[in-house]
Amino acid sequence: MQKVVLLVEDSPGDVRLTQEAFRNAGRSIDLRVAADGVEAMSFLRRQGIHAEVPRPDFILLDLNLPKMDGREVLAHIKEDNDLKAIPTVILTTSDAEADILTSYQLQANCYLSKPVQLEEFERLIESINDFWLSKVKLPQQEHG
Amino acid sequence: MGAIRTILLVEDSLGDVRLTQEAFRETGDTLRLHVVADGVEAISFLRHEGGYAGAPRPDLILLDLNLSKMDGRQVLAEIKQDDDLKTIPTVILTISDSEEDIETVYRLRANCYLTKPVEFDRFEDLVKSISDFWLTQVSLPQQTRIA
Repeated sequence: MQKVVLLVEDSPGDVRLTQEAFRNAGRSIDLRVAADGVEAMSFLRRQGIHAEVPRPDFILLDLNLPKMDGREVLAHIKEDNDLKAIPTVILTTSDAEADILTSYQLQANCYLSKPVQLEEFERLIESINDFWLSKVKLPQQEHG
Repeated sequence: MGAIRTILLVEDSLGDVRLTQEAFRETGDTLRLHVVADGVEAISFLRHEGGYAGAPRPDLILLDLNLSKMDGRQVLAEIKQDDDLKTIPTVILTISDSEEDIETVYRLRANCYLTKPVEFDRFEDLVKSISDFWLTQVSLPQQTRIA
């Protein structure tokens, strides 16, 4: 079954790279994109134009986002009874110790730093694909 | 790279402990694997109680669900409610693949859920991928940081 991945990312270049890297990893996923934190929450809560969107199996979340910061999005997800079981992985350029610690305190499922080299970025997406989308058991869709 | 990583394996099956040790050895990583056999021991280790006064803080916890004395779900809940311990990534590694267990542990804030394969080769592969992903790609919180 095709997995639904929500990518919350404001840089169109990084969105494109992520799409291509998943395609190269040979997995057909339903990749949805939200470009800011407000849109991400509206997608997850199926509000407004997002009334019909699927529930993501997995979320990739950037920290530095317009409108609503990634930390705030993460806090909302993990405080929401309906959403908190969805594995949420931070994918950001920051490798500041404070951001790493804060994200784990806010119960991010894991923290990944975006490599600056293209090849390493591709390898990272490939390992997300191999690990999170293949090996890990994700919660079932649409429970309760 | 090259940093020594400390893993706490909470596992009551001697055979699975042996397999995990061997599989980690194969990965050639510089890591220290500590093993405790039940939930009460796990909490003592993490809180440096009893015989564990000098125990290191693990970088990663591998936690079985079906444990004697204190169940893995209860251990997970204790870890994730403790301000000092909750930032330690806790990976569930269990024989169960029941939907209910998966849902429950994500709600208890497990960082990820993995099912133990029954074949030796696949078990080895899984341990290798835990090592590749969690110890190589992931940024882990700094050691011994109290918020």
